Amino acid sequence: MTNYNSSNIKTLEFDALIIGGGGSGMRASLELAKSGLKTAVVSKVFPTRSHTVSAQGGITCAIQSADPNDDWRWHMYDTVKGADYIGDQDAIEYLCSEGPKAVFELEHMGLPFSRFENGRIYQRPFGGQSKDYGKGGQAARTCAAADRTGHALLHTLYQNNVKEGTNFLNEWFAVDIVKNDQNEVTGVIAFSIEYGEVAYLKAQSTVMATGGAGRIYASTTNALINTGDGLAMALRAGYPAQDMEMWQFHPTGIYGAGSLVTEGCRGEGGYLINKDGERFMERYAPNVKDLAGRDVVARSMVLEILEGRGCGENNDHIYLKLDHLGADVLNAKLPGICELSRTFAHVDPIYEPIPVVPTCHYMMGGTPTNINGQAFNRIDGTDSIVPGLFAAGEAACVSVHGANRLGGNSLLDLVVFGRATGMFIQEDLKSGGGVKSADKDDIDNALDRLNTLNNSDSGYETAEVKKELQQCMQNYFGVFRRGEYMKKGLDELQEIREKVDLLHLKDKSNAFNTSRVEAIELQNLFEVAEATAIAAYSRDESRGAHARDDFPDRDDERWLCHSLYDPLSKTVSKRDVNFNPSEVEAFPPIVRTY
Amino acid sequence: MATNILEVNMYRYNPEEDKFPYIKQYQIEKPAKDIMVLDLLHLLKEQDESISYRRSCREGVCGSDGMNINGKNGLACITPISSVLKKNKIELRPLPGLPVIRDLVVDMTEFYAQYEKIKPFLQNSTTAPEQERLQSPEDRDKLDGLYECILCACCSTSCPSFWWNPDKFLGPAALLQAYRFLADTRDLKTNERLEDLSDPFSVYRCHGIMNCVSVCPKGLNPNKAIGEIKTMLLKDKKEIITTDGAMN
Repeated sequence: MTNYNSSNIKTLEFDALIIGGGGSGMRASLELAKSGLKTAVVSKVFPTRSHTVSAQGGITCAIQSADPNDDWRWHMYDTVKGADYIGDQDAIEYLCSEGPKAVFELEHMGLPFSRFENGRIYQRPFGGQSKDYGKGGQAARTCAAADRTGHALLHTLYQNNVKEGTNFLNEWFAVDIVKNDQNEVTGVIAFSIEYGEVAYLKAQSTVMATGGAGRIYASTTNALINTGDGLAMALRAGYPAQDMEMWQFHPTGIYGAGSLVTEGCRGEGGYLINKDGERFMERYAPNVKDLAGRDVVARSMVLEILEGRGCGENNDHIYLKLDHLGADVLNAKLPGICELSRTFAHVDPIYEPIPVVPTCHYMMGGTPTNINGQAFNRIDGTDSIVPGLFAAGEAACVSVHGANRLGGNSLLDLVVFGRATGMFIQEDLKSGGGVKSADKDDIDNALDRLNTLNNSDSGYETAEVKKELQQCMQNYFGVFRRGEYMKKGLDELQEIREKVDLLHLKDKSNAFNTSRVEAIELQNLFEVAEATAIAAYSRDESRGAHARDDFPDRDDERWLCHSLYDPLSKTVSKRDVNFNPSEVEAFPPIVRTY
Repeated sequence: MATNILEVNMYRYNPEEDKFPYIKQYQIEKPAKDIMVLDLLHLLKEQDESISYRRSCREGVCGSDGMNINGKNGLACITPISSVLKKNKIELRPLPGLPVIRDLVVDMTEFYAQYEKIKPFLQNSTTAPEQERLQSPEDRDKLDGLYECILCACCSTSCPSFWWNPDKFLGPAALLQAYRFLADTRDLKTNERLEDLSDPFSVYRCHGIMNCVSVCPKGLNPNKAIGEIKTMLLKDKKEIITTDGAMN
């Protein structure tokens, strides 16, 4: 095949380039399209096929609809506690206080929220929500469009981008970051999936809005496209990742299929039972029961299964009981769940419980950024902005979710920080910001991986190596982790690394060659998996979603901090958590119970 | 043929290699449990990596994998093979009526262009309140059955009127969205929207064939929405006639 180099590919130049057409990417692009800057959204799928579409239960935000006295500070308290105190409090403050503005904007754009009788946006209870800093009982703070909030949000954002004339490069796949000799990011190498054309997409600002990478695990709620492309590109370019050991396992993935069943089911009054029909969460979280943090509920479920109280022939799952809510509530509030459950579990929740099991769901870690979406590196113990590189949404770790994300906070994260990133880039570029051009060698370097793959004439098969990787992560880095097992997992990863570097692309054609895309996606998954494994092995304590059965306690003295993974040395260092919100007093770490 | 073997006949076309499309036959051991057509495609792709198809969410909400399965349009990821198998055979073809890029992947440009034509965004130029615009639950209910569309194109590409006039007839998917905004009490451009739809082609090429209803994987009813639009257009016309009458 042709060897691509800087002189035989074309260059497309933009002010701002957004990689990823999900919620955060399209919220950023909307801001930029209105500004008149030359912006393009690069998406490997048509934007409404992005994974945001699968979000169900809602967007958590103190809009004071269900409760006129609700307070964003209570939301902030819940989020800090939910994060097990390693969420950055300046970022969480921004998320919760700016949230209402961002949610009302979505409504003005046309998002078809469900409504209360008084015409205001419907809000439902979700896990980890409280009134009055945990003292006032359960709050109902999650704004919903039935149980299809992500779909409604993503389509609304796409529609408004159409309205503003955003430039989309749909079914284009970004391969690697181009950086200049100053270590600034100047764009990406990408190719059109449809025709195979390769181009250097040059930009003053490049935003990684590429979502999560749940596909590093064998069992996940994530779409097949969730392969951590942006984070992996940043890692390969030598930029760090933060809190990669923190992966959320959602309590209710459909047993066998992995599809998500929203926490809103439990918010509407559903609950989990073991094989004896016992509502076991009463034992693990006596106050809020089934609405404890997701990490707490997922661990309780696994313990029930390990102690022989799981349901089904093999005692290997749990039941989610909804039938007592009645057909009317289920059809009105959870129609999508009824549909998914009938299709994938062959169970009608109006009559029978849904078989569920904790399933990989969300990556709390990612490319570390500040509130403006600017990515940073760590140089001599201080944060140092990487000019030209931004990240937002699940791909980023601004860190509002810390060690455990609260339900409904991911959609809020998308719109608040997608918006903030767009606003910052606009101001920055208009006031003369930008980066120096890359030279020929820089572009050629970024084409290496694609050329190697295109010229492969022997090696390993993508599908097989992917299965190995996913099984390894599932076995050794799941809900519970132990040092000796993780060591084994790390050794296996070493072997898998060699295979990932030697993939054989048999099909060299250009038109809609999904095998080429999948091979590169596997390499991306590997980068994310390796970062996860090394970070998980390093953190020898239990906090939030990271549960070590050899170190069962939280260790604030040593680990009340972020972990920062350096891809060049493959080592982990510590970075301070922000305890300096501007308007409220910081919430100090206390024992986390529900 | 042994009953434990599935025969899959797949439409194949790679523009770089094939002068014409052809049907390729695959035989595969029938899986022990019922699987979705998408899972079957994954298994086949492990045998033959040159097979190309779109997929993303694998749970029927993103709309990527619309295709023609044993003669009927549907989403591969939520179609169990047991529901479509005929004599242990499955035929997979791309969605009909759109240009094929490769194998089961069609060029959806024309489909998206029709969607954009209906101005698929809320239009309300009054100053937005500080909070949300209010909407009663009853008014919000009017959007149910409309907003859930996933743009998979199963309906429009099963519609003979769309095959015939894909550039002028908007097709069921775009019309469903046209009605979604007509029905939204927050949208204030009802008259302008109706005017845009009032030519002989955009709406009126729908002849109630109802293929759209029978294939929609989300159980939506574009035909009903088109009926509502036609009623609104007629009412609109009547008002114009009345005005004319008053002038006489």
